[in-house]
Amino acid sequence: MNQMTSVEKTVSTEANKITAEGVQVYYGDTHAIKDVNVQIEDKTVTAFIGPSGCGKSTFLRCLNRMNDTIDICRVEGQILLDGENIYDRKVDPVQLRAKVGMVFQKPNPFPKSIYDNVAYGPRIHGLARNKAELDEIVEKALRRGAIWNEVKDRLHAPGTGLSGGQQQRLCIARAVATEPEVLLMDEPCSALDPIATAQVEELIDELRQNYSVVIVTHSMQQAARVSQKTAFFHLGNLVEFGETGQIFTNPTDPRTESYITGRIG
Amino acid sequence: MPVSWLILILAALTLGGYIAGRARARASVQGDVRRLHSLPSYYGYNVALFALVPALAVLALWLLAQPMLIDARVSGMIPDTLIPEGSNQSLVMSDVRRVADGLELAVSSGAMSADEVAALDADATDIRARLGEMGVALGSDVRPEVLEAAQAYRAMSSTGTLWMTGVVLVLALAGLAWSYSRTHSEFRARNVVERGVLTLLILAASIAILTTVGIVLSMLFETINFFSLHDWKDFFLGATWAPNFRGDSELSILPLLWGTLYISLIALIVAVPIGLFAAIYLSEYASKPVRAFAKPLLEILAGIPTIVYGLFALLTVGPLLVDIFGRGEEGLLGLNWMSGATSVLTAGVVMGIMLIPFVSSLSDDIINSVPQSMRDGSLGLGATKSETVRQVVMPAALPGIVGAILLAASRAIGETMIVVMGAGAIAKFSLNPLESMTTITTRIVSQLTGDTDFASPETLVAFALGLTLFVLTLGLNILALYIVRKYREQYE
Repeated sequence: MNQMTSVEKTVSTEANKITAEGVQVYYGDTHAIKDVNVQIEDKTVTAFIGPSGCGKSTFLRCLNRMNDTIDICRVEGQILLDGENIYDRKVDPVQLRAKVGMVFQKPNPFPKSIYDNVAYGPRIHGLARNKAELDEIVEKALRRGAIWNEVKDRLHAPGTGLSGGQQQRLCIARAVATEPEVLLMDEPCSALDPIATAQVEELIDELRQNYSVVIVTHSMQQAARVSQKTAFFHLGNLVEFGETGQIFTNPTDPRTESYITGRIG
Repeated sequence: MPVSWLILILAALTLGGYIAGRARARASVQGDVRRLHSLPSYYGYNVALFALVPALAVLALWLLAQPMLIDARVSGMIPDTLIPEGSNQSLVMSDVRRVADGLELAVSSGAMSADEVAALDADATDIRARLGEMGVALGSDVRPEVLEAAQAYRAMSSTGTLWMTGVVLVLALAGLAWSYSRTHSEFRARNVVERGVLTLLILAASIAILTTVGIVLSMLFETINFFSLHDWKDFFLGATWAPNFRGDSELSILPLLWGTLYISLIALIVAVPIGLFAAIYLSEYASKPVRAFAKPLLEILAGIPTIVYGLFALLTVGPLLVDIFGRGEEGLLGLNWMSGATSVLTAGVVMGIMLIPFVSSLSDDIINSVPQSMRDGSLGLGATKSETVRQVVMPAALPGIVGAILLAASRAIGETMIVVMGAGAIAKFSLNPLESMTTITTRIVSQLTGDTDFASPETLVAFALGLTLFVLTLGLNILALYIVRKYREQYE
């Protein structure tokens, strides 16, 4: 732990987008996340890896308070977004989620047209003054989602009619359309074939220009390919956090090494 | 031998067959049941099935066919001259049957011996009086031809019954013996029983379907009778419902249909928003304990018999509405718009209350079947709960909810008790919901209760009304099912 903190100190504090301090999560009587401290930098892809049930998705969902929708879930500790505790009373979780967007494991386009899917967030938050501006936002989001060329001629076709990979990129475009500052991705490629996965990974790399991206993944190759920072979770503990290259080539903790080499997990 | 004895014997044979079959199966492997193809009880079931099913089937068919065959043969014996004016053959035949039954009773109760009955002579004995002593009332004196026919009827039915008993018993024993002889360790009794079960299930399903077809056909025939007595143009296109028994009734469905649809519309206006909002609360907002408590409570409403709703309409809602909209200066609003407790509004409101659990329970299921990922997606974009419900969950659930509403509408249209008690009996076209009106179902009730003559259009119109109602609700149900099914495909 000490060694890890010393690594952290080299990162300038201005670049930290999210700082989690002493986060504990309980599901009823189960202690799902145990005392996690982590710094997520701006304009960086951070990957959370670890075996199933290790708490990485749970922790991800803490970052935009999606766990609030689960009755029995209880979160302790501090999560600072730009220095402000998101679990503070005066923070409106609804506003927070507009700033911290989320892409889910399974593509979940709404049963609406492609256009309406992307325009959903901007409409709710009143981001456009008129139709032309909304059109512009939708186009920009779809371009960022790297799907504009495929759907520009059928914006009013239902979003559910797209292929799996296209649906997931549509969901990314939908999340991007509300201009979030952080984008959380919960195993975004687990329901996709290798080609669609490659497209989404390429997209994640482009998104890094503008956003801080946090991605949960089961594929260590994916983590190695897309992320700059990697956090390894095991049994609710954050075991190791550091530069991706260092985690994969020279892990300090024996558990990390066992997982990466395939001995636990 | 009476049929009940026959059935008892069959039951005994079945039970015996079961025990014997099982025992033989065990014996064929010297008690080592592992060497049997099937469990021992399957061999028992197999023998029992073969003893019972063919015999029972023949018994049922025989009981249906015998009276028809005998009737056909005996009615040929009655000369046309015997049929009085204004009567017909079936009336004479029922006389024949009564005499035959009376004689049978006389023999079995010991009032007459069999020889005495056989030697009866219609001219010498007063058969009417003698049968009257035993409680068999006849409408007229027994004529020789009738007595002759009755004797023939009696003879034929007693030989028929004798044959039936014989055939059924032989069949049961043969089935038992054959299946018993097949019982050995290699025999696949389990598969045979499985096929038997399958046949039973198919039979049950086809009985349900055939009954529906039968109901529709019986309505259809009576409706055709009605239209041969009454002009169809008056029924479908007339403007007045005024049945009388002078023979010049105006029987138009339109005023009744108007009343039905108007009341159903009010019921839906009450039930749909309340039911839908209740469903949204229960499925999206309520915590688990509240839901576990409130949902069954709401569904209790669905278990209340409609006659109780009718009482509620008549005794509570009706007078309450009169207090509000009627009674002039004494009323709550000082209006005098409503005079009686029965009105379209009374029936509509109460029917709406009846439909609330129907709408809410169906909508709740449909809202719950919208995947959680849709909600997560919307909440993850920073939408509030009600925005999510309004813009994502509802549009996704809408086809199913429309289906639920159509099902509720078809229930409202077919509802009887509430409208009988709450809506009144005046058939008219009016837009005023405070007036009493009447519906198709209440008119069916009133046309078929009391003294009815099934040859007059005033009675037969009930069947035409019923069939129209059936077609209407069937159409709505099919539409609703089609919509619901189409929606279901989206998430699978």
